[in-house]
Amino acid sequence: MSNGLALLSIFVLSVFIGFEVVSKVSTTLHTPLMSGANAIHGIILIGAITVADHADTNLELGLGIAAVVLATINMVGGFVVTDRMLEMFKGKPRVKKEVESVGGESK
Amino acid sequence: MISKNLYDLIGLAIAVCFILALKGLSSPKTARRGNLIGAFGALIATAVVFRSPDMTLHHKWWIMGAIIFGVGVGVPAARRIQMTQMPQLVALFNGVGGGAAALVAIVEYLKLGSAASTPDVVATVFTVIVGCVSFSGSIVTFLKLQELMTTRPVIFPGGRFVIAATLLGTLGCAEWVIHSLGNVSITVMAVLALIFGVLFVLPVGGADVPIVISLLNAFTGLTVAASGYVLQATLLIVAGTLVGASGTILTRLMAAAMGRSLFGTLFGAFTAKPQAAVVGGEVRSVKAGSPDDVAILLNYAQRVVIVPGFGLAVAQAQHTVRELADLLTSKGVDVAYGIHPVAGRMPGHMNVLLAEASVPYEQLVEMDEVNPTFPQTDVVLVVGANDVVNPAAKTTPGCPIYGMPILDVASAGNVIFLKRSMRPGFAGIENELLYDPKTTLLFGDAKDSLTKVVSALKAL
Repeated sequence: MSNGLALLSIFVLSVFIGFEVVSKVSTTLHTPLMSGANAIHGIILIGAITVADHADTNLELGLGIAAVVLATINMVGGFVVTDRMLEMFKGKPRVKKEVESVGGESK
Repeated sequence: MISKNLYDLIGLAIAVCFILALKGLSSPKTARRGNLIGAFGALIATAVVFRSPDMTLHHKWWIMGAIIFGVGVGVPAARRIQMTQMPQLVALFNGVGGGAAALVAIVEYLKLGSAASTPDVVATVFTVIVGCVSFSGSIVTFLKLQELMTTRPVIFPGGRFVIAATLLGTLGCAEWVIHSLGNVSITVMAVLALIFGVLFVLPVGGADVPIVISLLNAFTGLTVAASGYVLQATLLIVAGTLVGASGTILTRLMAAAMGRSLFGTLFGAFTAKPQAAVVGGEVRSVKAGSPDDVAILLNYAQRVVIVPGFGLAVAQAQHTVRELADLLTSKGVDVAYGIHPVAGRMPGHMNVLLAEASVPYEQLVEMDEVNPTFPQTDVVLVVGANDVVNPAAKTTPGCPIYGMPILDVASAGNVIFLKRSMRPGFAGIENELLYDPKTTLLFGDAKDSLTKVVSALKAL
């Protein structure tokens, strides 16, 4: 099997896995799921690191470094914000929440 | 350095992490753990790429600096954002991801040279186009959600023609790029793709924006997969494809929850002019009540259903509404929250907002379960919601939300609307229910109104 064909096979199988894992998800979780999937495609960061590493000219390095910055924001920010959302689903009253609500009053 | 085989094996393990992450995110009990597994996989991937066999490490300080800078921007943004502004942030993160994929592809393109194989060039061109569309489209959705621009559909004369022409121009350029590698052709193509992204999202109405974000999210996933093909990185292919496929399904699920066809959303739904002026500007009477009237209605009810909407979140009234619900419960009233699947700005958004205010999860009742209980409900309290209870979705064919499933509050004994004004909701449609004799309106900021109702209730 040629390398291209191997990559194509991986692609096709991944499509089916992607369809399968989210086929039954309650509407409650649509937002965190979108946000989590969004964080996962931040893995383009390793592509960005690779092209920045292989850069030969300043133009290539500049574009590569910009890609690293954007991809890092996507990935790290995405996981952090998803975690924040999911943390709230537990819904137990906590002292910290009360402080936040008092802070909100002053608005 | 580690061997190529070991590196690929680690890549496989990380791909499994991402599959488990998506799987976990599909169920409330495992969602948080799933997200952490995904984050762990991403962390390992980033650490290991520096040890990969084909790294030169010539520019490692630049790269480290860029990562630290990105963390410095991304983490505070994610931690400080208000829960009400979550959809914008997700749109923005998605946009920068698309932008990153496009930049990676452009650098790859610059290095391809004349010896490049056609599949590589095609994959690169695909990544640049879709990445640019995702980037500029996401920026427009961000502007719409942040209300820095109008949330209404932006339609201009010959708009469809312009959009089609831009798309054809982009594809024509792609053909040009594929046949003659050059910096000019790819720049023109990228610019056209950016313009297409803007034009593509402009005609989408505010209420449909979440569907578009989800779609652009899937697009970005596919661009990442295509980059993986060019870079021969299996992990990127798996992760990108997973997001592309699951994002597509999620987009369809969201569209179904809103009772819309995906095609209609993207191509001209909401293009109908708002029908607000059907009654010819005639002033119609509504029944406005005082906080005391509302408190009395609530006090003597057996069962109350609270229908929260985005207005509640904007007024930061989640905590006050919980206070009201607790007070009513202590008076022996049966209280539940009726949650529309798309209450708020994104599917599931309202659940997040109420969870933030520590509303017990059991009190949140989904639409399909709460709808049959409305005939036995004495009072429905609609707080800052409009479109999700608008009977026009059932009764007025051709109106922009026609066919969207709604909370059937009209079958309850009394309906109380807490509204700031008579202004129509996000979709821009008049709500007949406001004029119904059994409806009472309490005007004002949702939080002020609720606070007054709470004190009136305490005084009773």
